[in-house]
Amino acid sequence: MSATATSAAALSTRGVNKRFGSLVVAADVEIDLPAGVRYALIGPNGAGKTTLINLMTGMLRPDAGRILLGDDDITALPPQARVRRGLVRTYQINSLFPHLSALESVTLAVCERRGVARTWWRPLTAYRDEVDEAYGILGTLNLAAVCHRPTRELAYGQQRLLEIALALAARPKVLLLDEPAAGVPRDESNDLFAAIAGLSRDITVLFIEHDMELVFRFASRVIVMVGGGVLTEGTPAEIAADERVRAVYLGERPREALR
Amino acid sequence: MTTQTISGPHAVLQAQARWRAAEIAFWLATLLPFVLAPDYLVLASQVAIAALFVLSLDLILGFSGIISLGHAAYFGVGAYTAGLVSVHGWGEPLSGLVIAGIASGIWGYVTSFIIARFRHLALIMITLGLGLLLQEAANAASWLTGGFDGLQGIHTWPLFGKIDFDLYGYTAYSYALAVLFVVFVAARRIIHSPFGLALRGIRENGARMPAIGASTHSHIRTIYTIAAVIAGLAGALLSQTTETVSLEALGFQRSADVLVMLILGGAGRLYGGLIGAVVYMVARDQFSGLNPQFWYFWIGLLLIGVVMFLPNGILGGLAFAAERLKAAARKRPPVSAP
Ligand SMILES: Nc1ncnc2c1ncn2[C@@H]1O[C@H](COP(=O)(O)OP(=O)(O)OP(=O)(O)O)[C@@H](O)[C@H]1O
Ligand SMILES: [Mg+2]
Repeated sequence: MSATATSAAALSTRGVNKRFGSLVVAADVEIDLPAGVRYALIGPNGAGKTTLINLMTGMLRPDAGRILLGDDDITALPPQARVRRGLVRTYQINSLFPHLSALESVTLAVCERRGVARTWWRPLTAYRDEVDEAYGILGTLNLAAVCHRPTRELAYGQQRLLEIALALAARPKVLLLDEPAAGVPRDESNDLFAAIAGLSRDITVLFIEHDMELVFRFASRVIVMVGGGVLTEGTPAEIAADERVRAVYLGERPREALR
Repeated sequence: MTTQTISGPHAVLQAQARWRAAEIAFWLATLLPFVLAPDYLVLASQVAIAALFVLSLDLILGFSGIISLGHAAYFGVGAYTAGLVSVHGWGEPLSGLVIAGIASGIWGYVTSFIIARFRHLALIMITLGLGLLLQEAANAASWLTGGFDGLQGIHTWPLFGKIDFDLYGYTAYSYALAVLFVVFVAARRIIHSPFGLALRGIRENGARMPAIGASTHSHIRTIYTIAAVIAGLAGALLSQTTETVSLEALGFQRSADVLVMLILGGAGRLYGGLIGAVVYMVARDQFSGLNPQFWYFWIGLLLIGVVMFLPNGILGGLAFAAERLKAAARKRPPVSAP
């Protein structure tokens, strides 16, 4: 399945294994994400998609296998070191800073990236560039108007956007989005994915998504996971035509029907 | 979607960091005891020292979410260091203060490596354990600390070589208040710095911080060390102004008291701890005729009342009331509780 990986891979996994007790959640996962590609990661509930993101970003340690960012083996690096190298994620369930405003949250992320979050003798207001950059990111995601509100007061859809804003503040090379539109109404999720599609082509994007229509519209390639293993990988058209995928995934009741 | 007027990103942040009129009024009010209650300056100096200690706890607990039940350890290291320096022939207060701050800072830095790795209940147990450990060590090392009887023979030289520590507490309160103010200004600066923002991030969602590239452990080590220095300064002030140190300087009781003061006043708002210290210390002084069990009965009642009815402490309640008044004046729906 690395036939497409002729161009340099931005992120790769090599023989990654992980189990929780007797439950296998990653079984010899070998993935190559070519730079600049928009990948969708799909699979039924409990397939191990979120776990794979946790393994890639260092939130979990694999039992075996290696994670490569570009040519660098990052398997031993802690999560924050991977973020600083440009491997950034968002969360399926919002993980934000409830009492910080959106602007404060994103400014914090910018400060961390620029290495100024350790300075305690200069006021934050002296870091105008950092604040401006954060404000700019919020602007691109239509959050500028609410940027001074505490996060917990934002509408759910806005909080989902803030998840992405926080990730963008880290200037990702590889961006892993865990169901960015989870729980967002259909009309809003289109906007949200339009924002993702509008990201710079320098950023390699992998997103997990259950809604097949969104997957087919926004992904150039699709990876299908089942039971911790990669079932197959291909273009959306190939995946749609694949009998095995149909059997394990598309054959199920479509997600939309459950909504 | 938005009722708020759109302004640039900087104005609001600047407004947050600006000194408010109420703050200036607060600090002017700290001078009132000189005029209104000159007989209570000794008490006022104890309040200022307690306030400094609470400020230290607020930096770690209120702003960074690091719970501690053993914060008196750093107070005690500062108190004993200042006492020992004096007993061994150097009673100059300012240098003694600096030495004590360095000593407690070193102990804070060493222990911060353990602290940074834990959270929640585990952290309560570890800080409690570290505190008890140090207290027992101080008790056992009676050749150094005087053990149960406390350190004998502390003598504090005049401030700047000129100003004697008088019986009425005039010098003591001036000295403690000046140190409190200087440290407060520094703490306020920290809170409004990028580092202060990172601390609030840790408090709000420590697990998220690595995902934005933050090294939470090193942030926690830094603030814990700073807090230990401040606690040590408070301890040093106490032994210098009272010319005594005993084991209760680093006892569990003191750790519990400082926590109560902070919760009473309101954690995570700088002034909350100061107000908590004033209320607690003055109330204790007023009730001192009663026996100690009785005092803690009332404190227990006060704590339960505050936590039930003012979950953000006295200052949190005041801020909430002020918001409500402002909102009512603007005839807009009130902002939800702070
Ligand atoms: N920390 C953990 N300990 C034990 N089991 C876990 C843990 N995290 C996840 N699991 C289990 O591992 C399996 C894979 O979980 P994962 O969250 O990766 O699935 P997913 O593909 O993201 O599913 P969904 O589409 O529902 O988000 C599930 O059965 C889950 O219950
Ligand atoms: Mg998931």
